[in-house]
Amino acid sequence: MRQSSLLDIISPIMVGPSSSHTAGAVRLGLLARNVYDNPVEKITFRLYNSYAQTGKGHGTDKGLLAGVLGLGVDDVRIRDIFHSELAKNIDYKFEYYNDFNRHPNAVDFIFDGKNKMQISGDSIGAGEIAIRKINEFSVKFTGKYNTLLLVYQDVKGMISRVSTIIQAEDVNIASLHCDRSGKGETASMCICIDGDLKQSAIDKIKTIEHLDMVRYVRKLEN
Amino acid sequence: MNINTFDELKAYCEKENKKIFEAAQEIEAQKNEMTVEELRKIVKRNLDAMKDAIRSGLNSSEKSFSGMSGGDCQKLQAKFNNKPSLLGVIFEKITTYALATSEENARMGKIVACPTAGSCGIVPSVLVAVSEETGAMEDEQINALITAGEIGRIISNKVQLAGAVAGCQAECGVASAMAAGALAQLRGEGTENILYAVALAMKNLLGLTCDPVCGLVEVPCIKRNPFLAVHAVTAYELASAGIQSKIPLDEIIDTLEQTGQLMSPALKESSQAGLAKTKTGLKLEEEFYAK
Repeated sequence: MRQSSLLDIISPIMVGPSSSHTAGAVRLGLLARNVYDNPVEKITFRLYNSYAQTGKGHGTDKGLLAGVLGLGVDDVRIRDIFHSELAKNIDYKFEYYNDFNRHPNAVDFIFDGKNKMQISGDSIGAGEIAIRKINEFSVKFTGKYNTLLLVYQDVKGMISRVSTIIQAEDVNIASLHCDRSGKGETASMCICIDGDLKQSAIDKIKTIEHLDMVRYVRKLEN
Repeated sequence: MNINTFDELKAYCEKENKKIFEAAQEIEAQKNEMTVEELRKIVKRNLDAMKDAIRSGLNSSEKSFSGMSGGDCQKLQAKFNNKPSLLGVIFEKITTYALATSEENARMGKIVACPTAGSCGIVPSVLVAVSEETGAMEDEQINALITAGEIGRIISNKVQLAGAVAGCQAECGVASAMAAGALAQLRGEGTENILYAVALAMKNLLGLTCDPVCGLVEVPCIKRNPFLAVHAVTAYELASAGIQSKIPLDEIIDTLEQTGQLMSPALKESSQAGLAKTKTGLKLEEEFYAK
């Protein structure tokens, strides 16, 4: 799905010092916030490998928190995010790990409080990112496409029911990724699309039987 | 329309009788479903952000979080005020602008990654310094920045522009090649000489490792920016004299990729060797982790 664009080469406008360790961290935070889609009360950030080792000097911790709070990669408030008004109302902490099974720049967002959710992602270079896991499900999306995320009971015909609604909107599917915890158990679907889905289409998808969760995650602007 | 190599770019520009930036902006606008004017507006926004970063950096002596950098740009400006550069005002501006931007990056200021944050001082310093001194209009500066972006795009088709993948040759090295091409465009060179400027700059930086002390984008990255900005000017001067690269540009990019693959992972942004593991590098690391 990688498309190299000349605009990508001369961007982003960002707070330094590292595209992977700072801008990538903000973007991972933003995407995790959009997937969670609830007010953030309590969160633990687990940083792995290079993110854990050099994160402090690169402001990775600040970037992750700033993203979860909704700041963009070019927001100068990132520098002092720990002392900002925005950060006062949430309970956050950071943990640091070494794990060679994980990407060099990996992070888990563990949302706690009324709504619990665990989201894992990697910063894969030059500010590009990928969300790899939501709770126990593997997913793959990068914030470059508007993305529809579904968690549902593993029943026959679910893909065709969802794709029929998307097709009726004249929207093209760029990629489709499914996973399940076991046959007939809980399953997940991650659909990246070209263009945009209308709210009415998303509402229609929500009426499909056996769905536990529907999220429409918009692509990142910067 | 897909252009994947510099040979394809050159052939397309010749066939359509277009400059590199004209071809690039049309194809790119179409891909992004926008007009050329809209695309140029985005490029202008980034150009303005580059100028803001230079301005902020010139006026600050604040240290980075690690304490390893900050203040050198002020020193260099003071030196030039006291004793002008042997090479004139453009040299003074390029070196101070590159340091200003890179120091600003290290202290978590706002910069434009071009192509990366660690190499963010190279293209802007050359482009802005030369434009100021030669009176290049904003439109011409945008043309040059689009040229730089197109050069980086074609290289990134083959090589991921990340120190962890291919070393600093793929970050500051590619930035210097982009700056050389942008400068050649700014000075009115044709497609052939623009691409020779890119080739000469890139060829001379093959094998550059990425061995940052403490894994931070500071030592040696910050000072490398003014060095490689000036390096881009050398490449432009040679190419504009009609000096050609014996090895064609696409083959140089293949070599960039191959060299990146052959380079030990210890020298690719892992801080496991090189400057990061010198006696002093280790001491700085110890101090940093105790912080």
